[in-house]
Amino acid sequence: MVTNVTSLGRSGLYDWMIQRATAVVVGVYVCVIVGFLLQHPDLSYEQWKAFMTTTAMRIFSVLSFIAVVAHVWVGLWTISTDYIKPMWLRLSFQGFCAVALFMCFVWAVLILWGV
Amino acid sequence: MMGQTRERRPTNIDMGSLFAYQFPLPAVTSILHRISGLIVFLMIPLLLWILDQSLSSLDSFEQLQECMSGFVAKFILWGTLSALFYHLIAGVKHLIMDMGIGEDLSGARVGAWIVLVLSIFTALLLGAWLW
Ligand code: HEM
Repeated sequence: MVTNVTSLGRSGLYDWMIQRATAVVVGVYVCVIVGFLLQHPDLSYEQWKAFMTTTAMRIFSVLSFIAVVAHVWVGLWTISTDYIKPMWLRLSFQGFCAVALFMCFVWAVLILWGV
Repeated sequence: MMGQTRERRPTNIDMGSLFAYQFPLPAVTSILHRISGLIVFLMIPLLLWILDQSLSSLDSFEQLQECMSGFVAKFILWGTLSALFYHLIAGVKHLIMDMGIGEDLSGARVGAWIVLVLSIFTALLLGAWLW
């Protein structure tokens, strides 16, 4: 079996599974947000804030964002191993993605718990 | 015998002639899934900024509405959300095919058509919702 140190689950099969499980979580999250927006056509700030700051939604949002991070990491890993052949460039790209995703994650947590 | 194997040997083609081929629809929807995923990734900061502005205070909420009323802003948001929904729809098709449904050639064609029609439809709905 071919293993690769930069893959998330240490094997293609785990990565494959992680990408699918996280896709389902993010998909459900998007549907919940869309459902809420459809039910409130003239959304007010109070309604929106009340919805997003319930403990359940906060946890679901953070969970979904963790899922996005894992999903995108696997996705970008796949893309970078497909197209970027020079090792230093590939690793730089993956490093950049890791830092960017981490920063986005911290930002998301600050937004959700800051209000 | 030898001659036959030689002729059937796969050859590499360069990028230039690659685009001269007519790609089957499933190939197109598949690469669009990848591109749309990349676009959504690049747009995560924008989406987080919107989330931040929408939640911080009543002021920032109203500022956001103001800011999002311009054509360019709406267009960028429309493009981002269309990419997200394309990725989601094609992703669901992907998951269905992973379960072994529609894996043959005709199934792949039908699936690609369904993805295309549904995502154009949602892109139109998103446009109607934003404008
Ligand atoms: C914030 C949202 C999302 C982002 C930024 C994102 C990004 C990506 C990226 C960059 C890839 C790699 C593309 C490739 O390997 O060709 C990918 C793959 C994938 N995505 Fe997403 N995605 C998101 C949400 C979703 C959702 C909601 C679903 C489905 C319901 C989904 C389903 C999939 C599937 C099934 C794959 C695997 C494709 C493959 O194995 O070829 N994604 N995603």
